[in-house]
Parts: sequence; structure tokens; C-alpha cells
Amino acid sequence: MHDHDSDEGQPDNQLDDMTARVKALETILVEKGLVDPAALDVIIETVETKIGPRNGAKVVAKAWVDPAYAARLEADATAAVAELGFGGRQGEHLKAVFNSKTHHHMIVCTLCSCYPWPVLGLPPVWYKSPPYRAKAVRDPRGVLQDFGVDLPASVKITVWDSTAELRYLVVPRRPKGTDGWSEAALAELVTRDSMIGCGFARAAA
Amino acid sequence: MNGPQDLGGRSGFGPVVPEPVEPLFHADWEPRVLALTLASSALGHWTLDESRHMRESIPPLTYLRASYYQIWLTALEALLERHGEVSASERQGGTPETPGLHVDRCLPANRVVALLEAGGPTDRPAPAPARFAVGDLVRTLNHQPDSHTRLPGYAREKPGIVVAIHGAHVYPDSNAHRRGEDPHWLYTVEFTGADLWGDGADPTLSVTIDAWEPYLEPR
Repeated sequence: MHDHDSDEGQPDNQLDDMTARVKALETILVEKGLVDPAALDVIIETVETKIGPRNGAKVVAKAWVDPAYAARLEADATAAVAELGFGGRQGEHLKAVFNSKTHHHMIVCTLCSCYPWPVLGLPPVWYKSPPYRAKAVRDPRGVLQDFGVDLPASVKITVWDSTAELRYLVVPRRPKGTDGWSEAALAELVTRDSMIGCGFARAAA
Repeated sequence: MNGPQDLGGRSGFGPVVPEPVEPLFHADWEPRVLALTLASSALGHWTLDESRHMRESIPPLTYLRASYYQIWLTALEALLERHGEVSASERQGGTPETPGLHVDRCLPANRVVALLEAGGPTDRPAPAPARFAVGDLVRTLNHQPDSHTRLPGYAREKPGIVVAIHGAHVYPDSNAHRRGEDPHWLYTVEFTGADLWGDGADPTLSVTIDAWEPYLEPR
């Protein structure tokens, strides 16, 4: 919409460059019998509804209330996550790292966008973008400040760069004042960013 | 390769900017690119490693300006062209000029969920005993091929310690170039911030990478 009559919007037959490019490729793939358009819809529905940080939050909440589960999660995260029914693409080999009062963990993929899909869903734009990929391994405290989070100078910090097919999940610290809370209530406190290590779990209300 | 993807430790990209409102996709074409990429990979022409290499082979000035789904689309177009499925002329003309090749591998809708749930594990039987154990002191090699590698530039020729061992996994340096899976032992190696970033480093920082055995030597 660059011309004087942009108020009326684009004519229906004019697509922006990216839309047109994607549509052209999709049309050819479908016409050639290489892609089933119904399969595309199922893929999109799956990533929109079956995976996401609510899955990871359930894992974290269970680890908070069940020490035996936490131990299994630490020993073999792939199996422990599968106990809750989560797994699959981009979560074939999972590793959980546990924050404590003295040690904070952060995950990154400096080389592309590796991310634990089954427990966190698709990565946010900032996770895939150059500022985060450049800065996390060198200045994770600066990254935390970008998120408005201050980590005390005494806390050790480890950044896990996902250079192979291992996918990392941070288990944040359990907020104070949540003794006796149900797993479901605790899961509400577990943010996506806290499971990347770019934030903390929410404080108990 | 020393491509635009190798971003760890680079300066000048500015702060991380979280989005206050964060839709899963930012344009209607983005989920189509994601789905086309996954569906096309089921055709069996290329591996995940080859597709990663195609993305990092995008010229740096284009790569750094592109959104992530633009990177994915550019690489998908190039992969389909390399493997003879969709030519540039077909993309531009908008009509097929030759029949599809792997039509027998076309992913049907009713197999999508099972495919995503199965994933693609990369662990393989070990070809030999592991050379290193947890606690071993190692050094990464000055390994910087023009071809695909998953050893980031910032972690070359650095002293580290093995903190975990993960069995043998498909070796991307081979697999990306159709030289076979060539499995090697995979380790998590931890470095101090000072060894990576010098005298200005955060003294409380350590960084880990996952490194295949051919990236490492004992020290």
C-alpha cells in the first residue's frame, strides 16, 4: 500500500511479496503431488495446539512437588517428560538443568534456533534473532537485564548452547510461599521465559 | 562454515527485545512456510543437517536482514531446486514443468501426528569405545571447514572439561553433505567465561556446547 488510494486497501488479487512467494511454492508442490494440503493444515494445528510452554510448566510443577520425579527428570529428561505424555520432534533427546539459589542456567542456540518443541512449543522471535544468539553466551546477565531481571552478582551462571540434537529445559526455582500448592496452581507460576532461563517463575500472589 | 549463522559472542546486535504481545506467527504465510518445510522434509531428499547447512549458506547480508521464516523459505526453495523437485523457473512461472520425483513419499494428513510424535532421534550404535570420560580435560580443535560444522567459532581451540557423555550421534559434518551418518561420540563440554571471552569476562560465567569427538583432543 504505497500509493495515494491506499485507504481502500490492496485489491484482492495483489499479494505482498512473501505471501505470493509462499503461495507459488505451495501451489507447485501440491500440483506435483509432493505435498498434501490437508497435511499442512494438520501440521499447523499441531504446533498451535499440541505443543507449547504449558507442557513444560506441568513438567516443572511436578518436579517441584515430587522429589522422585525431579530425580528422574535430572537423570533422564526424555523419559521423565514422556511420563507426562510429551515428546517427539525437536525433543528427541532432552536434558533438564535446575536453577538453585547459587546457580542459574540459560539456554540458547547460537547457530540456529534449536529449542525443545514438545515442552516449550515454537521459539519466540527474539530467541531466533541475532541479538540473543550473539549475546547470551557472552553476557547472559546483560540478557537478563534486557528482560528486566537482576541476578545477584554472587550467583554462578551457566549458558547451554544447543549445538547438537540435545534440547535443554531450565527448571526454575520454586517461588516462596507456595508450600502445599497443587501442581496445577504451581504450573500457573511457570513462565516460558523462566524455562529458557531468561526470567524467574512468577511470585506467589 | 564461517557463515552468518555463527553468532555467538558477536558485538553490535543490540539488546534482546522481547515482544509485549507475542503471537505464534506474525503473518499468515509463516505457518505455511513451517508446514511446507516439515512436509517437504518427509520426501526424504535431505537431512536436517543438510537443511541447516542450506540456511547458513544464504549470503550474510541476506541472512542477517531476513526473518527466521524468510530464511526457512529461502533454504526450502534451494533444497527443492537442488534435489530436482521444483526449479526456479517453475517458481517464477507458477506452473509445474516436470513431474514430481518422490510423489510416493508425499506425507498424507493422517500420518502427520505420528511423524511429529516419532521425531528423528539421532543416537546410533557406537562405532568404537568413547575416547573421553566425564571429568576429562579436553581442548577443542581449530576445526573450521568451509562445509557444515556445529562447532561454533567462539569455542574453537578452547580448553574445556567433559561434563556429560551422550552416546554416539549422527555427525552433522558428514551427514549435511550426504557422506553418511558417520556416528561419533557426543559430549557436553564446559568452558569458563574467561577462557572464551578474555579478561573482561563475567567471572561467574561458564558456557557449554555439545561437541562430537572429532572436535576434541585431550589436554
